[in-house]
Amino acid sequence: MGWFTTKIKGLPDVATKCPSCEETIFNKDLVKNLYVCPHCGKHLRIPNSDRIEVLCDEGTFEEFGAGLVPSDPLSFSDSKTYKERVESAQEKTQSEEAIITGVACIQGHKVVLGLFDFGFMGGSMGSVVGEKIARAAAKSRELHIPLIIFSASGGARMHEGILSLMQMVKTGQAIARLSKEHLPFVSVLCDPTTGGVTASFAMLGDIIIAEPQALIGFAGPRVIEQTIHEKLPEGFQTSEFLLEKGVIDMICSRFDLRETLGRVLSFFKEKDGKYYGSH
Amino acid sequence: MEAIEPLGFEGKIVELESKIDELRKLSDGDTLDLSSEIEKLTHKLEALREEVYNNVTAWEITQIARHPQRPYTSDYIKAIFEDFVELHGGRQFEDDHAIVGGLAKLDGMPVVVIGHEKGRGTEEKIFRNFGMPHPEGYRKALRIMQFANKFMRPLILFIDTPGAYPGKGAEERGQGEAIARNIFEMSFLRCPVIALVIGEGGSGGAVALGVGDRVLMLENSIYSVISPEGCASILWKDVSKSEEAANALKLTSRDLNELGVIDEVIPEPMGGAHRDHQQIFADVKRSILENIKSVAALEPSERVRLRNEKYSRMGSFEEMSDG
Repeated sequence: MGWFTTKIKGLPDVATKCPSCEETIFNKDLVKNLYVCPHCGKHLRIPNSDRIEVLCDEGTFEEFGAGLVPSDPLSFSDSKTYKERVESAQEKTQSEEAIITGVACIQGHKVVLGLFDFGFMGGSMGSVVGEKIARAAAKSRELHIPLIIFSASGGARMHEGILSLMQMVKTGQAIARLSKEHLPFVSVLCDPTTGGVTASFAMLGDIIIAEPQALIGFAGPRVIEQTIHEKLPEGFQTSEFLLEKGVIDMICSRFDLRETLGRVLSFFKEKDGKYYGSH
Repeated sequence: MEAIEPLGFEGKIVELESKIDELRKLSDGDTLDLSSEIEKLTHKLEALREEVYNNVTAWEITQIARHPQRPYTSDYIKAIFEDFVELHGGRQFEDDHAIVGGLAKLDGMPVVVIGHEKGRGTEEKIFRNFGMPHPEGYRKALRIMQFANKFMRPLILFIDTPGAYPGKGAEERGQGEAIARNIFEMSFLRCPVIALVIGEGGSGGAVALGVGDRVLMLENSIYSVISPEGCASILWKDVSKSEEAANALKLTSRDLNELGVIDEVIPEPMGGAHRDHQQIFADVKRSILENIKSVAALEPSERVRLRNEKYSRMGSFEEMSDG
């Protein structure tokens, strides 16, 4: 239960400044409020352990795919080696990689769940993330249950070069195979979701839900501004903007996600409790 | 053919070439005979060319891949196909000129061809948006792919793009979704799919035309998750480190072949495809025909199965036994 402790991993000691309204929030209030700013409603990043706690039926989350760790296929090095970057990310986040996958129940519906960790190298998708998503989709097919992925990622992981680019194909295909078996994939986009993640599985949801005010796009705002030589309007590439443009299906506050997902999942179930695709 | 524009690293070659030219001029119709000197220098030039071109770095290859006289998709369509009928209609927002596609014949065989088109010369480059498609371009490509699938014609894809266009309209109309949708649909195309990287394979913008039964790369083309410049400015925080980034990214045809991402490297004339268009046209045509032949021999369902298996295997990781 990380809920009521005040010292929180990844947060300043006692209080946090909201990046949106710049109000000071006591950490205990932030945690209690599911990492949503009580002043302006900005959805800050919520640790996966807390996400699981608020989303899943108590004690139902069972992780699979643990033990998959990056190798260094290119022997990549910039100012630091890729290996060093992975090690420091692992130390910082206490996670093996930028996604965890598991089976859980949400309001009584058994699902396969994938949760990105943006703190781990910007949630970037390399070979491990690609493989874990592919295995998550395979698990959905094996158990005939829906797949839900919460994305928060800067895109493909440059340090794995072309192999990270190919994870777009690998994950896109994994979703395509799921789709051919009529099993639902619900994609939940969190702040931020960009690049190769947006341009692969994340935009392939049968239903695409976004958290409020999340940055969602293919190209990052800075790249766009450099290309078109003008400043982007306020609110460009936010969830609200994309809803307006018809790119996503709905925006759902973190407080309502569990119930919304429950309602959506119940839609897919047949009278016998199975999913259409499993018949 | 018009004179070849030399690249920075070809300086020494250019120098020697012009020296030989000068001697030839002096020698012409004169009593002065410099033929032995010219011959000597010509041998030296050949040796120098071998040395330079056989040792090109990833950064130099990047420059060759982007050479303005390198054959583009339209050049290949004109040179190696007959009866090309362009299909402009993506049934979407508008026609995207960064993508060309349509019906054609290859040695009499009906095929479908689609590719990025960069455009040559300022006016055409702007018209083609430098080969950087908007979502409607990918959606047009998808429609033409589905056309190939419906009539079971081999689909040939030419990849040559700096990337998907990072602009306002592109984001508003769902650039990410358009690329993702192509990956999704290409996974289940039943027709043979041959993709060729002929110049620049720029990230997601390339992948959206790049899911194939066979993916071929011209020797001096590049295929990468990010441009060397983009990578340098993000990871090195210094765009002048592009050369290091090009090297680190492992983006050459040889690298990709070793990483198991592509199926074949098509060798280029010495110095690059732009130095001998006819030669590269012939080699590309032969390679496409051979690959269609072997892929077309498979049952459609087998093609789909193998294509999915191929990409499922891509990646490199370690699995700890307690996992």
